[in-house]
Parts: sequence; structure tokens; C-alpha cells
Amino acid sequence: MAVVNSKTTFWGYRRENGRVGVRNQVIILPLDDLSNAACEAVAHNIKGTIAVQHPYGRLQFGADLELHFRTLIGAGCNPNVAAVVVIGIEEEWTNRIVEAIAKTGKPVTGFGIELHGDHDTIHRASKVAKQYVQWASELRRVECPISDLWVSTKCGESDTTSGCGANPTVGNAFDKLDPLGVTMCFGETTEITGGEHIVADRCATPEVRAAFMKMFDRYQEVIERHKTSDLSDSQPTKGNIAGGLTTIEEKALGNIQKIGHKCEVVGVLDKAEMPTKPGLWFMDSSSAAAEMVTLCAASGYVVHFFPTGQGNVIGNPIIPVIKLCANPRTVRTMSEHVDHDCSGLLQREKNLDQTGDELLEIMLRTCNGRLTAAEALGHNEFVMTRLYESA
Amino acid sequence: MIHFLIHDKKDSVGVAVVEGIKAGQDLTGWLMEDDSTVNVKAITDIPIGHKVTIKPLKNGDTVWKYGFDIGKAIADIKVGEHLHVHNVKTKRW
Repeated sequence: MAVVNSKTTFWGYRRENGRVGVRNQVIILPLDDLSNAACEAVAHNIKGTIAVQHPYGRLQFGADLELHFRTLIGAGCNPNVAAVVVIGIEEEWTNRIVEAIAKTGKPVTGFGIELHGDHDTIHRASKVAKQYVQWASELRRVECPISDLWVSTKCGESDTTSGCGANPTVGNAFDKLDPLGVTMCFGETTEITGGEHIVADRCATPEVRAAFMKMFDRYQEVIERHKTSDLSDSQPTKGNIAGGLTTIEEKALGNIQKIGHKCEVVGVLDKAEMPTKPGLWFMDSSSAAAEMVTLCAASGYVVHFFPTGQGNVIGNPIIPVIKLCANPRTVRTMSEHVDHDCSGLLQREKNLDQTGDELLEIMLRTCNGRLTAAEALGHNEFVMTRLYESA
Repeated sequence: MIHFLIHDKKDSVGVAVVEGIKAGQDLTGWLMEDDSTVNVKAITDIPIGHKVTIKPLKNGDTVWKYGFDIGKAIADIKVGEHLHVHNVKTKRW
């Protein structure tokens, strides 16, 4: 009996716009770097809220500014978030974020610091945050069909065991979720290099294939423009090389194991763009772990599969990050970070069907409320992607 | 006991899945594609997760893994030898 089928349900929070979250966060969201201190103070005052701090938001322009707004608005709109307090240095951009999040129907209020100062802003924002967190604490999980789930994936601190064990386990799970109408996503544009033909061949239509290749080629041009010698100092990373990965091609072929054998790529997304239908999406994104997971959160994904080899410790304030690992040494030395040990695969003790099912079981338990290792350890990496320097 | 695994019949390399492989050790590999067994004697130490060469390679030869091109040899590489950044480079970038 498969772990998931069309009758599988989970217990989630159904939001005002119909989307379903698996967490019930009240976030204090800074528009910009200057507002972090006030957000942190509010989160300190009001227990059960979390300040989503980041270092950007001033004098950005063009596509980079659009991405900044899309990321913050997407994070606020994510159904894992019950309510949002936005604080910015000035009111106009703050209100732009508030108005966009308000379209979901969830409670959101913004505060500008100018003409008030930190003390008064923290005082007023704390009052609202307290109301929100008490309101959110009375919301109840309801039974939801599995087709309401949005699941993203990205691997990190990969080694050769990622390609043999942890990544194909995600692929097995994705192949089982795809026919059930789940919305899924992968990305990491640089780390497709050497395997781009495989992804291209999995695209559902010639139009999707062309859109994927356009994104891939665009990024290769960025590399050509900015590289000093080749990318061998960055890709594979020093951690990857310590783990036995030799070239970007080898890393990419291991990386692509995450999309399984059956799923078709139904569309491509710009960074932090929201998908419009179920199925597997490719998102043009950095391969840096925290940037990619943050973009997934901003696109509306509610739970994340994170395969690792050498042992990445990442978490995120918006989406629970489930870690799986097939490297027996990492499982032994960094056990507190590992949600799913699939090292049995490498000794022929288990097959992919078993480790895939085990991952799906952990996914359902996580969606029902079980904290991930990263949540229990307090990992809240929220990292915004920048496209170029500020004005 | 399995010391290394191989994805595809075409592959030049296997991946060490146990810790502490030493030069001179007889190794058993699992070829995942057809569930067969391959035997190789290690001629260098191979850390876990690192690759052991299972087919001889000349300088300039393509290295195969997953049945695909993962780069080129920049030195002659013997069967049983550790294959990594010291003797293989990307063909990209």
C-alpha cells in the first residue's frame, strides 16, 4: 500500500484565499535593513511572533527592486503565515507590501518609522502583533486533500552520496506526488550545467523547453561576463569537493536525480514567482541554499525537501525544511540535523521505493505539525537574492 | 559487503560508500543498473564518497558517470586509483 494516494489527507490551516499552510506563523516583516531593529524588538515583546530580518531594501532599482518586493510580498502571502506586521523606514513602500499581502485576506498592518522613531513604532506595532498572535493561536487545523500541498526541493552541501541516495529519494517521492495534483518545484540554474539536456527533455511542451533553455543560457552568459578564471573555485564548492564531487557536470547529474523519472516540467518560474497550476515547475534561481529556499517560500511553497551529503544545517522562518542524508558518516556525526536517514540505500539494505515512502511519511507528519530538526534547532535563514548593485 | 557503487554500465568510476578504503584493499562494487558485481583492487586510499577508477583512462579521455560525460582526464588514470580534482577537470566554463 502506497504511503500516498488520491485519498491521502493532512491537517493544515486553510487561509482566507483557499490556500493551505502547514505552519501558523505571525511574522514581523521589515521592508528594509533599517527596520530590522524595530522588528526584532516587536518579536521580543510578543511571544510567538518571528522577525524575518534581512539586509536589503534601500536604493534598489529596476528588476532588482521588483524582486525585492516580490520576495517580501510572497513571504507575507505564504499560507504558512497567519498574519503579518510590516515595518519600514517610510510609509509609501511599506504600504505597497501591506496592500499586496492584504489581497490574500489575511490580517496585515504596516508601520513607517519616519516621524515616529523606533520607540513609538515598536509600541504601536507590538499592540497589533499581540492581537494577531492571540487571534492566530485560536485557528485550528482542518483535514485537507494532498492536492492542496505545495512542495519544493533544493539540495546542499552535496557529495556523491547525494546523487546515489538522498536526491533519488526525493525523485521517488516527487514521482509519487505528481499524479496526485501536488504543486512542486526545483531550480538551481547553475547546478543544472552538464545535465541541462535532461531537464530540457523532460519539459512538457516545446514552449516550456524554450523558456527553460532561455533561462539556462541567460545564466551561462552571467557566468561568462563575471568569471575571473572558471567557476572551479565556487562550483563545485569546497564542501562538495571534500565530499568527492569533482566537476559541475557530475554535481548537476546528481542534482537532477531530485526530479525523479516520471514528472514532467509543466512550466518555468522567474525568481519568487507563483506557479499557476499543479505539477513540477523549474524556478530560475541561485544554487545557494538559503537564497533558493527563501525564493521557494516567496513563491508559496509550504514544505521543502532538502537532501544533503556533507551536512547542510539550513532552516527557514516561513517553510519547514526536511533534511535527508545518505552519507553514513554525516548521519553519524551530524545526527541532530537529519530528519530522514536514507544511508541504507548505499548498502543495498533498502531500495528507493522504501526510502521514498519513508520521506513521504515524514513529510505528512511535518505537515501535520511535527517540528523538523531545523525548526527545533532554531534555524531561520531568510536570504534575499540580489540581481546587481544598488543605485 | 559493498565498498563502492556504480550507476551505469558505461561509467568509468564507482563511488566509495564505506569509510577508510586503503591502497591494496580488494573492493566489491555494485553496478546498480543491472544489479551485478564488479571487483577492483584499490591502488590508492579512497575516502568515502570519492571515486575509484574502474576503467583505465588516458590523458584527455572523457570520464563517464550516470552514463553521462562528467569531464576529462588531465593525466593517465589507472584502475583502482582515486579519481578527483587532481586528475580530472570540467569541460564547461
